[in-house]
Parts: sequence; structure tokens; C-alpha cells
Amino acid sequence: MALNRPYLDIPGTTIFDAEQSRRGYHLNQFCMSLMKAANRERFKANERAYLDEWPMTEEQKLAVLARDLNRCIALGGNIYFLAKIGATDGKSFQQMAGSMTGMTEAEYRDMMVRGGRAIEGNRRLGEDGDAQPHRQPQGAAGRREP
Amino acid sequence: MARITASVYTSHVPAIGAAIDLSKTAEPYWQPLFKGYEFSKKWLAANRPDVIFLVYNDHATAFSLDMIPTFAIGTAAQFEPADEGWGPRPVPTVIGHPELAAHIAQSVIQDDFDLTIVNRMDVDHGLTVPLSLMCGQPQAWPCPVIPFAVNVVQYPVPSGRRCFNLGRALRKAVESYDEPLKVQVWGTGGMSHQLQGPRAGLINAAWDNAFLDRLIADPAGLAEVPHIEYVREAGSEGIELVMWLIARGAMSDVAGGPAPRVVHRFFHVPASNTAVGHLILENAQ
Repeated sequence: MALNRPYLDIPGTTIFDAEQSRRGYHLNQFCMSLMKAANRERFKANERAYLDEWPMTEEQKLAVLARDLNRCIALGGNIYFLAKIGATDGKSFQQMAGSMTGMTEAEYRDMMVRGGRAIEGNRRLGEDGDAQPHRQPQGAAGRREP
Repeated sequence: MARITASVYTSHVPAIGAAIDLSKTAEPYWQPLFKGYEFSKKWLAANRPDVIFLVYNDHATAFSLDMIPTFAIGTAAQFEPADEGWGPRPVPTVIGHPELAAHIAQSVIQDDFDLTIVNRMDVDHGLTVPLSLMCGQPQAWPCPVIPFAVNVVQYPVPSGRRCFNLGRALRKAVESYDEPLKVQVWGTGGMSHQLQGPRAGLINAAWDNAFLDRLIADPAGLAEVPHIEYVREAGSEGIELVMWLIARGAMSDVAGGPAPRVVHRFFHVPASNTAVGHLILENAQ
């Protein structure tokens, strides 16, 4: 019998369940290693070489190198673990969260000051809120040419 | 006999800790938030407990993916503020209460809750930010603290019902402790927030305020709310609110006593990515 996973229809949201945790185990444990100052230094000195010490998939390594947090989450990362990469880069939780929306830092901060993202239209896939797949990216940062 | 005198509920956003540590509390962005805790600091100073039982979640700090306890009780003599990647917060060491913690573990496990007993761990912002909000910046925290970490990071997390029932078992445990200690139970985390994906930044103030209303007046009914509603309505990290039900379940009215007195209620948006909610409930003397 299939497991009960009623959260798969929430737009723009990945629930970190046992399946995601299994996929992301080494990615997340790599992140944990960045809680030690000496490891942060070694990672910053040569990111690729440090990542190659971990049995992560190539996709996971590339997502970390690109700081593509949405991709990291799709590949099993969890934000509380990924936050250690942000801390290593000197980024706040707000900068990290905002980076996943396509908004610039200022756009995202302004949205929060105005009361945050509205729930209307963002409860279920198929509605028309700003977190829905057909409305990405949401801001100027995501529209910029790479 | 020991007794639970009050319960305190508050969000535990890391940016709040940073604002305190970097002396930014008077800045226009933060001033309205800290104003909401001015009463609380005075209240705590006037109603100082002997022990705080502090329910929080570890944010991939003490517990990596190597081990994921659903409920973990800190039984150590002391706990150091953790380096979460930004360096440890400059706050006092948390002094534990090993005797009461061990007593609670024994009682609650015999009541069918499988606690993990932790004799060594560092504590992260989930535990230290509520202490900072309620105590300011003292040289030492005002009393011993028993850390109680709940897994709300990896699904499935414990249900609201299980948390509420755990609170009931906690009250029994405290009331069977021989020393006449005054114990406060704090439930922390939440309110609505989502830190990931294109839906990051979600705030649902109407849902949050309805949660506060029901936590006060209909906690047993609130405990029946399923996970999916928290996640859908209050964001993937809004699920932290189940922890408030542990503190609420420990109040006397749940065991047939009089309704608690609401001495303080506060709600503010935003603190970084998060809606901040805060409540103080006192048991009748």
C-alpha cells in the first residue's frame, strides 16, 4: 500500500520526508561539516576538491557550486542543513530564502515588510498565486540573463 | 510537590537573536517586535520559576541526519550555545536540571512516550532566542532550563495530538516530583513561515491568529488539526507550531482544572521570513 503523502500538491514546496532525506543524506551531511570553522576554510579554499571528498552525486555537487538552493532541495537537501552553506558565504536566512524565489534581495525584503507572501492562490497546484509553477521566476533576479 | 505555574509561547527566529546580539533592537525594523516582549520581561522577573522546561526544535545542529530523535530530553548539567555556522551566540551557558529531567524522563517513558535521553548536546537558536526574548541580555539565565527537542525537520513529525498528550504526561511527571519547584513550560517555534522554494516568505496572519485563539480556548480541538493543514496554511516550517501543544497540554485545565489566565498576547509580522506570535498563560494558584 502506498504511503500517505498528502503534501505533494502544495506549490513551490518540497516536504523533507524520509524519501528526500534518503536522497540527500550525503549532501546534508556535507553541509553539517561546515559547522566547523576549519572545514569552512578548507571548503572556501577549494570547493570542488572539498565536495569530492563526499559521496554526493555529480548533480548535487554542481547544485552546491552554483548555490542553486532550489536544485539542492530537489536533490534531497533540507534548508536547515543548506543554511550552513549560506552561513559559510556570510548570508542570512532571508537572503537564502529569497534566492529561491527569483526576487532580488530588496524585492523579497519588501514583500516581507508588506506582510509576506499571501496564502490566496498558493494552497494547491492549479491555483493562480505567485508561487505557482507558471508564475516563476517572480522577480528581477530570476529574469536576469546568466 | 513541584507544579507547573505558567506556560509561555513564542517564535524563535534566528534573526531576532542576531538583532539582540548586534544591538539592533531599537532600529525601526525591530522596535515593534521587541516592544511586544517588554511586558514579558517584567512578568518573568516578577514570576521567576525554579526551572524552565523549554520545548524547541534543533535546526540541524546537535542532530544531523545520523540520528533523528522524535523527542529528546536534555538531562545534562549544562548545555553550550552552538556554533550554527555564524559562530556561537554570545549568550550564557544554559544550566540544566538533571534531577528533574531524569524524573520526567522516567515518568513520561512509563506513560508510553519514547523519549531519547541526551547527556551531551549544544543548544541552538531554537532554545536561546526565546530565553533572550524573555530575559534580555543577563550574565546568567535566571534559572535552570531543561531542553526538550522535538523533530520537526524530517517528516513525519509528531502529530499535534501526540504533542498535546505528551504535555499531559509532562504535567503528571512534574506534579509527582517531591521538591516544591515552580516550573514553567515554554513552547517555541512558528508561527507561519516557509524558508524554501518559490513559496518562501509565506505568511498567513489569519490562520496564525485563529491558532492563538484556539490554543487558548480549544486546545484539545486544535490538537486534532492534521499536519497537512499546518504545511498548506502556515508554510513548510510553520509545522513547528505543533510544539506549542506540548506546553498547552501541560496546563491544569486539560486535567480538569480552571481555565488559565491569558496574561499577554502579541503578534507581529515580519521578523525576517517569519510571523511572530507570543502568549503567556498562567495556571490558577
